[in-house]
Order: sequence, then C-alpha cells, then structure tokens
Amino acid sequence: MALAKLEQLSKSVVQGPSLATGAVPTKDWMETPAIFKEGNFAYPAKKEKVEYLNSQAGLEFPNARIWSPDEDDWKLPENWQEIILNGLKERLGKFRSLKIFMDCCVRCGACADKCHFFLGTGDPKNMPVLRAELLRSIYRNDFTLAGKLFGKMAGAREMTVGVLKEWFMYSYQCTECRRCSVFCPYGIDTAEVTMMLRELLHLVGVGINWILEPASNSNRTGNHMGLQPHTFKDNVDFLAEDLETLTGVKINHSFNRKGAEVLFITPSADVFAEPGLYTAMGYLALFEQIGLDYTWSTYASEGGNFGLFTSNELMKKLNAKMYAEAKRLGVKYIIGGECGHMWRVIHQYMDTMNGPADFLEVPKSPLTGTVFNNAASTKMVHISEFTADLIRHGKIKLDPSRNSHVLPTYHDSCNPARAMGLMDEPRYILDHVVPKWVEMPENTIREQTFCCGSGTGLNTDEIMELRMRAGLPRANAVKHVIDKHDVNMLSCVCAIDRATLTSLMNYWNPGCGVCGLSELVGNALVMDNEKRAMGYDAEGNETELPEGFRTMV
Amino acid sequence: MKYTFSFLAVIALVLIAWLGSQIPGMQYLFGVAIPYLAIMIFLGGFVYRVVQWAKSPVPFSIPTTCGQGASLDFIKQDKLDCPTKTSEVVARMFLEIVTFRSLFRNTKSELHEGPKITYESSKWLWLFALIFHYSFLVVVIRHMRLFLNPVPAWLEFLDFLDAGAALQVGAPLLYATDLALVLGVVLLFGRRLVNRQVRYISLANDYFPLFLIFGIATTGILMRYFLRTNIDIISIKELLVGLVTFSPVFAAKIGSIFYIHLFLVSTLLIYFPFSKLMHLGGVFMSPTRNMANNSRAKRHINPWNDPTIKPHSYAGYEDEFREFMVDAGIPVEKELPPQKDE
Ligand code: SF4
Ligand code: SF4
Repeated sequence: MALAKLEQLSKSVVQGPSLATGAVPTKDWMETPAIFKEGNFAYPAKKEKVEYLNSQAGLEFPNARIWSPDEDDWKLPENWQEIILNGLKERLGKFRSLKIFMDCCVRCGACADKCHFFLGTGDPKNMPVLRAELLRSIYRNDFTLAGKLFGKMAGAREMTVGVLKEWFMYSYQCTECRRCSVFCPYGIDTAEVTMMLRELLHLVGVGINWILEPASNSNRTGNHMGLQPHTFKDNVDFLAEDLETLTGVKINHSFNRKGAEVLFITPSADVFAEPGLYTAMGYLALFEQIGLDYTWSTYASEGGNFGLFTSNELMKKLNAKMYAEAKRLGVKYIIGGECGHMWRVIHQYMDTMNGPADFLEVPKSPLTGTVFNNAASTKMVHISEFTADLIRHGKIKLDPSRNSHVLPTYHDSCNPARAMGLMDEPRYILDHVVPKWVEMPENTIREQTFCCGSGTGLNTDEIMELRMRAGLPRANAVKHVIDKHDVNMLSCVCAIDRATLTSLMNYWNPGCGVCGLSELVGNALVMDNEKRAMGYDAEGNETELPEGFRTMV
Repeated sequence: MKYTFSFLAVIALVLIAWLGSQIPGMQYLFGVAIPYLAIMIFLGGFVYRVVQWAKSPVPFSIPTTCGQGASLDFIKQDKLDCPTKTSEVVARMFLEIVTFRSLFRNTKSELHEGPKITYESSKWLWLFALIFHYSFLVVVIRHMRLFLNPVPAWLEFLDFLDAGAALQVGAPLLYATDLALVLGVVLLFGRRLVNRQVRYISLANDYFPLFLIFGIATTGILMRYFLRTNIDIISIKELLVGLVTFSPVFAAKIGSIFYIHLFLVSTLLIYFPFSKLMHLGGVFMSPTRNMANNSRAKRHINPWNDPTIKPHSYAGYEDEFREFMVDAGIPVEKELPPQKDE
C-alpha cells in the first residue's frame, strides 16, 4: 500500500475521527472487531522460518503454515482456545508482574495518552490501558471470581477468534517502550502485557516475519541480517578500508581471535547499512586510536535480540551466544555497541538467563583503570560508558569543530532510558564531541522519551503508515528544535533507531539526518599519524572531511 | 450506561439494609453476623490475594528506570528514580505510595493543526486521588474511637484537628474529612464522566466502588449531622466495642440509617479482595517500582530459568561455515578435512 502523502496524513492525525482528537467512538470497545486490511498488519512469518525455529532445541514454534491475517481462517490448531488458556495459566504462575498488572489497574487513564501509537492513530485500543484490557478481560473471565460471577458486567469476556485477532493487531502496535509504565501509579508496564500476548500468540503459530526471520537468521548465522562469517568480515573490512581512506590511519581489527582482552559486540545492522555504517566506523576508529586489544566475533555477531520481541526462551537462546563466545575466546570482558533493545536484554535479562559469567573479569578500562562496578556481574560495558570514561580522563583527543557541519539533538532510545537508566553518559559525550547541541522539549526526552515508532520488530515496510503515525510524537519534537534551533541531525544510541528514525525524518522532517553517537565521536577524534582526506563543504571550499565520515572522497 | 447498573446496585444494597433491619430479629444479622463475615472475608481474601501474588516469582529484574542510573563516578545518579540500593528503593516506594509521585508527573497531550502535539502538566488526577485517599484514611482512623474504650489521646487529637475544633462552636463538630471524602468521590466520578478517554475505558466495576463509598460517606454524614436524634451513640458504641471484643451486646433501639451504613461498609469489605481495590496491596508489590536497578552489578535469580536452553553451538556454526571461514582467514577450531575426490 502506498504511503499517504505528508499533507494527507498531517490532516488525518489531527482531524480524523479518533479518541485522541476528541471523537468518542459510539461503540463499546468490546463490540469493535479488529479488521485487517493490507497496510495495517505486518506480514505473518514464513512457514520455513517457523519450521526452522521449531526444529531448534529448547524452542517451540508450532503450527507452521501459510496464512494471512486478512483472511477469515487463520488455520489455528483445533484446540487453540485450550492452548491459549493453558498458556495464560502457566504465565500467571511464572510472572508476578503479569498477575499484579492484571489485578491492579484502576482504569485511571493516566497512561492513556502516553502511548505514541495512541497519539498517532487515535485508536482507543492503543491506549495502554485498553491494550492490557484485551488480555485482562480474558483473565477475568477464566481466572477471577468476579469475572466468573458477573461476566461482562465485571469486564470479562470469552476467548474467541475475534479476541485472538485483536491481540495480534494490538500486540503488534505496541513497541514495548514502557512509556506508559512511567506514568502509571502502580508502574503497570504494558510492555510486559504485550510480551505475554506475543508469547501466547506464538503458541498457536501467530507471529510476524519481520521478527521471526531475523531471529532465525541470528540463531543460524549469528546475526539478524543473516550475514555469513565471511560476509560479516568483508563488511567490517570494507569499513576499515574506507576509514583508512578517510583518516589515513590503518585500522587493525580481528575476528574470532582467542586471547583478546575484549570481545566487542554490536548490532549487525551497524555493519550492514547507512547510517549505521558510520557508527561502526566510529567504533573502529576509537578502538584503533586507543589501541584496544579487542576482537569482533562472527559467531556472536549480533548485539540485538529479536527474541525479546518473541518469547523469553528465544531471547535466552539467542543471547546465550555472547557468553558462550566470550568463554571460547577467553576474553576478559565484553563491550557492547549502541543499541536500545540489545541493552535491555543485557542489562535486565542476560545475567539472569545465561549467567553467572564467572569466567570473565569485572570490566576495567585498560587506559583509565576505571573499574566498571555497575557491570560487576554481567561483565559487559556499554560503549557510551566506556567512551565517557575515556573522555573524562583525557585519554582521547577530541576536536569538536570537526563536527561543525552538524547541529544535533539527542534521542533517548526507550530501553536505555526506561530499562537501564543510561541518559547522561551520551549527553556527556555529546558535550565533548560537537560544538553545540540542543535538547528536545522536556516531555519528550529522558524517561519521557518517545519511541521511534517502529521498535520491537515493527520496522517493516508494509506498515509504513502506521510507523509514521506512531513516530509522529518523536518527529514532532524533533521538528520543534529544527524550527527553533536549526537542528540538522538526530543523534541516538540505537541501531534500530538509526534505521527507523531515518525513514521517520525523511517523511516528517526531510533534511534532518540521523546518526549514532559513536559516529560523532569518530568524527571528532584526533588520531595519531592521521592524514585526513579532503572534500568539499557546502560552500564548495576544499577542507578536511567537511562531513566527517560521510564525506565522499 | 455502565454506571447505571452500579448505581442501581448500590441503591439495592441500601434498600436491603433499610428494609431488612426493620424486620424484628434481623438486627442481629445486619449488626453482628454480616459485619463479622465481612471482616473475615476481607482479611482472608486480602491475605489470600497477596499470597497468590507472592507465589508467582519475579523471574527478571524489570524496574522502570525514570532517571539516570548509577554508573561512572562523575555521572550523577538519580537515586529516587533509578535506585540501586534497598534504601533508595524504599524511598522511591515510600514517595510513590504516600505522595502518588507517578501521578504527579501526569501530562495531558493535545493534537493541533500542523500537526503539532503539545504536552502540559495535568495534576488533577493526582489532586483528586490525594483528596480522596487521605480523607478516606483519616475517616477510617477516626472511626477507631467507636471501637476503643477509652479513646486514646492521639485519636482525640486527630479528631480535634479534623474538626478544626478551635474554630467551631456547637455540636456536632463538622469534620473536614467528611466533606473532603464526599468531594473526592464526586471529583473522581466527575472525571470519569468528563475525561473522554477515561469515560471510554471505565467499566461497571470502576463506578461501583465510587457509588458504594459515596453511599457510605453520605449515610455516615446523615447519621452524624442530620438524623442524630434517631441514633443512640451509646448503643452503637456498645455494639461496636462488643464486636471487637467478640462479645456483642445487642441494643435494639439503633435506627436504620446505622444499619444501612454498616451494611454498605460490609459490602465494601467483602468486595475489596475481589476487585481492583486490591491496588492497595499491589502497589507494594509491583516489580517495575519495587526493584533496584542493579541487575548488571548483582545477578538476579530466576527460579524457573531453564538450563537446557543452549545457544546454537559454535561447533555447529563452524561445521556449517568452516570452508568460508578458512577461505576468509577467520580462525577455526577444526581445520578443513584434506581434499577428497568427489
Ligand atoms: S495508569 Fe495504570 S492504573 Fe491507570 S489506567 Fe493505566 S495501567 Fe491502569
Ligand atoms: S509500552 Fe509503549 S507502545 Fe506499548 S502501550 Fe506502553 S506506551 Fe504504548
């Protein structure tokens, strides 16, 4: 489906009939079925991908088949209802969060207008509270006394195919960003509810390809992009060569090298496509300059983890490669690149799932001697923490004027902000690598940051309008600083963002670029024995790397 | 309308108590049996629910971080919103529970032509909730004077403050919290009707407790300020003190309004553990708020972690791609087998 023109969509989000803009639907939400049509759903997972995942030890992905959400018959297993209810029962027993969140919501509505999907679509079921009610209504019906006694009057309803379809629609219109959780008086995190819904749907073979294909790639080849070892190496080698052309410095990097001090893992998207490539060049330049004894891995060549968007089992399985590879190579600790959901997994899940990492050492910067006690157990440090520490101790020389072609603002990715608390390290770095940068309005940054609109594996083209709508709150805040301060670059520490925000900016704010923070670090970095290439700046004057690593030479 | 049903339900409860208590002999049911039952269900149900929650483990450390975490020594940690120590978590929880801090953050967003989205602080819900919960709390505490003989001094003092006794003459003294409670209920109900989003999500079981508490408050106020002649304070106190000492003495001359009040309270107690009112207990146990953000420093244990889930092995990976790896000069564990003729 062609993406709506900017003018059309701009009108539609404000004037279209929606609860966000004032129109109250006449029908109760329980009476409003989910209707699928081309453009409002992500394509279902390909049969062979589901089969592959199902064949892997420890995973269950039943009911592989060819199906489509816009057809009436979803080809569910005979006893799908029983499977779902048993699955729910099992999860209630496994997750206290689920039970508490099912029981405690008072429908105060504090979360209602906090969700970017609601703001952009106005669909009442995109209010976090209603998204959760989609499941809660079933929970009431089958697991609570009140629901059993009073049924619909108590907000209960029976599990039907219609409900299942609704689950599919709205659990894939939530990016598990946790913004709702910040505002809820009980911390109810609709992301948790969405995770449960997605897990339940997989039990009956309902999932989307844009998540399961990268996940199966990651399992087999080590990364979401499906890059095989030689290709992965080639890609990094190309970047290193480009970097040498740009800076005149030969880059020494290695792959799968035993005995390195550090294993470096970043999302494979960084070595695959613009603008992530420049971020990867930033890593290469930084590590070269400080002489870090590190290695890339082709086996653990993915920082991201689409298992987080699928099921806790798949998340664990994919994540387990990191420690397995660190152990095999005998490194001391791991440094992780810029990525949002990757860091949620590392920060909140990895050690629990795949630890203890007692074969590693507490990370200690070889240059500054700083011991990263905040990572004492996982033994994994965020590149921004690592870099900020280098800057603090004056271990790298930075020339912010080398970034004078950009005036960035900074986008807090959902997970580092709300599931980790990584907010000021990137800002500290920005302070030192660019001449000037500006913040977006306060209700749109830090813990209140707005999602790019395409996280959790929704970064797929067939739902472009939905993504542009969901990304509107973020884009709008960027527009504010573009209009006010002439911002021309949206910086971030997330690989998904680098892809999704690029589409978002191209649509809502053409002319505004997107970059990873490490790209700006790399640009500003003064390297030993450098001989920087010349290029032409906007005025046509020949200068050294007028556009940093993006300079065409 | 969803609130009609809830409203009618509360009216029905009032009628049941009113008519019921007039039937000779039924006073015992309404004055003793039902209150005892209600207390038992409330306590038992509350404990049961909390135990049920506690039975499910917290497999992962999932605090919602709302500020800078503890990392490098020159980066200032937001100890309240991103706690790492237990004391900091306690402080976060305390402020959440006592001052409704998350609601204090609330914003209202609006879409304008452009499109342009604006966000402005919106503290109404926070204010209404504070008025409601705190006046309810004080009213409940104040009621202890009816159960205790003699009334402890601190309770007298609370009473004194609540009534602003120094400022009032004549009896009965008007309690500020009586008014505030009714006001709180009315504001919360009004908000449910006026705020289009909240109106759309509200269920019958969101209106019911509001009506019920409204009924409780108004019957209480009627009893105290308007129908006082009907009510024999001494008999009520005798009955209530008797109830808590498990030796109910029965005074027959108490007016119906008291039974209605007591019956509504009993209903609330019975309803409580089976409803969203359990947020009173849940707020203490929500993993996104009551956990420390230290999961990288200290390993969190998941009791059902499945050790059999292993990564796709390196050996399997190398077996599949060994040739390419060797070709590309990537180190391998096992060299390629010597060339064989096909
Ligand atoms: S803010 Fe929390 S309690 Fe209020 S409606 Fe949303 S989820 Fe429910
Ligand atoms: S987690 Fe984010 S996307 Fe999901 S309901 Fe909450 S605010 Fe919306």
